[in-house]
Amino acid sequence: FMQRGLDSQTKKQLEEEEKKIISEEHWYLDLPDLKEKESYIIEERSFMPCEDLLYGRMSFKGFNPEIEKLMIQMNSKSKKEEIEVDDKMEADVSDEEMARRQLYIFYYLYRYETLVGTIGKKFVRKRDQGVLQDEDEDGSSNTKPSKKVKKKFLKPQD
Amino acid sequence: GRLLCGPGLRRSGTGLLVTKCGLLRHRQAGGAAPASGAYWVDSQQKRYVPVKGDHVIGIVTAKAGDVFKLDVGGSEQASLSYLAFEGATKRNRPNVQVGDLVYGQFLVANKDMEPEMVCIDSHGRSSGMGIIGQDGFLFKVSLGLIRKLLAPKCEIIQELSQLYPFELVLGMNGRIWVKAKTVQQTLIIVNILEACEYMTAEQRRQVLAKFSGN
Repeated sequence: FMQRGLDSQTKKQLEEEEKKIISEEHWYLDLPDLKEKESYIIEERSFMPCEDLLYGRMSFKGFNPEIEKLMIQMNSKSKKEEIEVDDKMEADVSDEEMARRQLYIFYYLYRYETLVGTIGKKFVRKRDQGVLQDEDEDGSSNTKPSKKVKKKFLKPQD
Repeated sequence: GRLLCGPGLRRSGTGLLVTKCGLLRHRQAGGAAPASGAYWVDSQQKRYVPVKGDHVIGIVTAKAGDVFKLDVGGSEQASLSYLAFEGATKRNRPNVQVGDLVYGQFLVANKDMEPEMVCIDSHGRSSGMGIIGQDGFLFKVSLGLIRKLLAPKCEIIQELSQLYPFELVLGMNGRIWVKAKTVQQTLIIVNILEACEYMTAEQRRQVLAKFSGN
């Protein structure tokens, strides 16, 4: 019902009519709006933020090493010394992660190479087909006959 | 500046009303801004009222389909969904039996609805919550003592930690769970914790000196 190219005037008229219809049917309180006073008092029913309580799970003298690690983590979080702890932990983790990610990258590169080789053959031009056949006969892609001057896709060396 | 009115105080109009008897406490905010910080009333009670965000120890009383019913010491039993554990899926259900102890926090806790608990935080990690292990001893103390024990740099906890290696879980609902290497050590810690509410620091040190000799 919102037609294109409708004048702004006619649009306004339509909206006013709609509002009239709605206001007759809608029930509303005939009270003045209560201004929500800008309250700067926040109500809080828990003791945790008031007294800065520690975390409830504790372990002492190495009885439960995981809980002791957790204690350091949780209690330093509240004192905002977490930054240092996180940096140290992140450094340890990132070395392992880096090594693992590098392995993944090498794996994917290898797969990519072989994939490129097989798909590359599809798009090779007629001129280069002779080259390809030579390659296949040779059995290895790195050795080329000396008379070939053609530019080929250079595979990245490991 | 924002003023935090804590437990025992209620906002009414422009002022504050006191709803509990006790000592009025004030904490200055870090920025030292005027009219900021927190006020609350330090009152003493034994009966716990569930509050959102509190960490409590609950006892599993019933398993109703997908939901566990926990007794947290309030007027109603809290509900805990089996998916509210770290790494829980519909196929990988947590191994919770009736009578187990669970450490979790309240997700929903008001006077109009049944309290709901979860054992994971907002990031989805358990961060220490979940089923509390085997053995150990659960007992109840007043809520004021729990707050005293959980205060930063609590002397009681520091002195106790010098005694034996042990593990401690404090629930805001007044329940404490203790586990040490032997039953005797566990009971010693339990008795000290129960009694330290009414002992002076001097008496406490005498008692601890007696035990650290053994």
